[in-house]
Amino acid sequence: MSRLNTSTVLGLLAAAVALVVPFATSNPAHLNMAILALMAAQIGVAWNLVGGYAGQASLGHAAFYGIGAYTSTLLLVKFGVNPWLGMLAGGLVSAVLSGAFGWSCFRLKGHIFTMATIAVATIVEIVFTNWEYAGSAVGLYIPMDKQGLGAMVFADKASYYWLALGLLCITLLATWLVERSFLGYYFRAIKDEPDAARSIGIDIARYKQVALSLSAFFTALGGSLYAQKELYIDPPSVLSTALSIKMALVSILGGVGTLFGPVIGSVVLTTIEELSRAMFGGTGRGTDTIIYAGLIVVIAVFYPTGIIGWYQDRVRRFKARRERAEADAAAPAAARAARPTSSTSTGAAL
Amino acid sequence: MSLLELQSVSKRFGGLTANQDVSFSLDKGQIVGLIGPNGAGKTTLFNCVAGYFPPTEGSITLAGKTISGLAPEACARAGVGRTFQIARTFHSMTAAENVLTGALLRERKVPKARDNAMQWLAFVGLERFADKPSGSMTISEQRRLAVARALALEPQLLLMDEVMAGLNPSEVRETVDVVLKIRDKGIACLIVEHVLEGIMPIADKIVVLDRGRKIAEGTPAEVSSDPTVIHAYLGDE
Repeated sequence: MSRLNTSTVLGLLAAAVALVVPFATSNPAHLNMAILALMAAQIGVAWNLVGGYAGQASLGHAAFYGIGAYTSTLLLVKFGVNPWLGMLAGGLVSAVLSGAFGWSCFRLKGHIFTMATIAVATIVEIVFTNWEYAGSAVGLYIPMDKQGLGAMVFADKASYYWLALGLLCITLLATWLVERSFLGYYFRAIKDEPDAARSIGIDIARYKQVALSLSAFFTALGGSLYAQKELYIDPPSVLSTALSIKMALVSILGGVGTLFGPVIGSVVLTTIEELSRAMFGGTGRGTDTIIYAGLIVVIAVFYPTGIIGWYQDRVRRFKARRERAEADAAAPAAARAARPTSSTSTGAAL
Repeated sequence: MSLLELQSVSKRFGGLTANQDVSFSLDKGQIVGLIGPNGAGKTTLFNCVAGYFPPTEGSITLAGKTISGLAPEACARAGVGRTFQIARTFHSMTAAENVLTGALLRERKVPKARDNAMQWLAFVGLERFADKPSGSMTISEQRRLAVARALALEPQLLLMDEVMAGLNPSEVRETVDVVLKIRDKGIACLIVEHVLEGIMPIADKIVVLDRGRKIAEGTPAEVSSDPTVIHAYLGDE
């Protein structure tokens, strides 16, 4: 087929927009919003590995984000370890600790599993709030004395934009590879029919953990990037339940278990958030938050499969309508062609 | 040596005895029907063989290897494929992807597993539905899809739980044809079935359960004239 796939066109368009954003605006507030959208998208994509593909909806992912942020920051502040290495270490520590997280939560199913993840993440938050060495409730500062790519500290916003975009692309690439490998099929099998998955030889406990570890690794990378961007972390900013909810929310709004769902969800969510704040914020009555929440409810009610699901549905309907139109157009022609011959060939044409 | 051997298998749930001292065996390439009235313990016995319930007593061996007590996924790897009463196909996937996921057990590379899957799909006569979402297929098609998914494991033994229930006569015929083709491949079939006119003509052996116990075993002709069996199904005069 010579016709270009609509999804490919939209994807290329999105990539083009992503590449020109830092040149199109000199307003640091706008650029900051774009960075936040990219960072939310990245952790959404990471969450989606276990929450979307494998269907294990965790609301405790802030634990992994925080562990990533704290690992790289502690290594930097206490031992002078380069933040790039620290970021990698954070990812690995998080992936390893996700074993304990999975061990305690995966024996539960469905909603109870989700509740357990909240509990485990809350325990992690409490530990860090009271842990003197890790700055307890005061938090940790990252010094600005060394700057540049090697130190992952920049005075300008644009550099962070590229970092966030790069990390998002790496996470998307990893998810794409997982989706196409046997892991992607196994995760979906576990989500759809766990008993049937076992009957075809899938060790579901093991593959849930594989999904969680991968997800924890990439979530932690996002946490380290946050620390390097803000140069300050404390438990509420990197370990709160609100953050866990946000990771799940961008995926659910955009479309769970789809590659680009969390990216779309994040762009929409960040836009709604900022617009409602710009228009209704500062009234001191939380109007912006109410509108923000209201819009989420509207999307959830009318598009339960997320924005991607809604889009796929539209494409399907459009195709069905076009096929019907083509069949209608073809039918009289076929009948005309068949008329001179016997009645059996008319039957075959229909 | 028999392929599958059950020796005095009992399964109790607390005070409830679902299976009591059941023994029978099954040879390579045999079709064995497991029948009995409702609540006879057929599905429980089935789940014991497939690893879903460990038997309370007794042993189950497949080709000389003990499989009783193994987890379902380990039983699958050992060579036991199974289907469920409700097909339990993966609804987020197409028909081809369903079978592909089964084929991944023996072949981890997706393109190769896809080729294998297409062969099994054709084997059960569903190749034209390859790209159809499994959730939008009919019950009969989904059951056969589940059979293809289990066959993709390359099992020695296939357990089928009521594959013919609720099907119309032509669908029953299609399913019977598939079962016969499976047997011709040398795969043994253990079939739990209520549709007796589907299973009786093709089974090499019938095992009858009633209230958890084996009450008869033999060829379909022997079993259907056995007074104990008639009594269990129809009760006293």
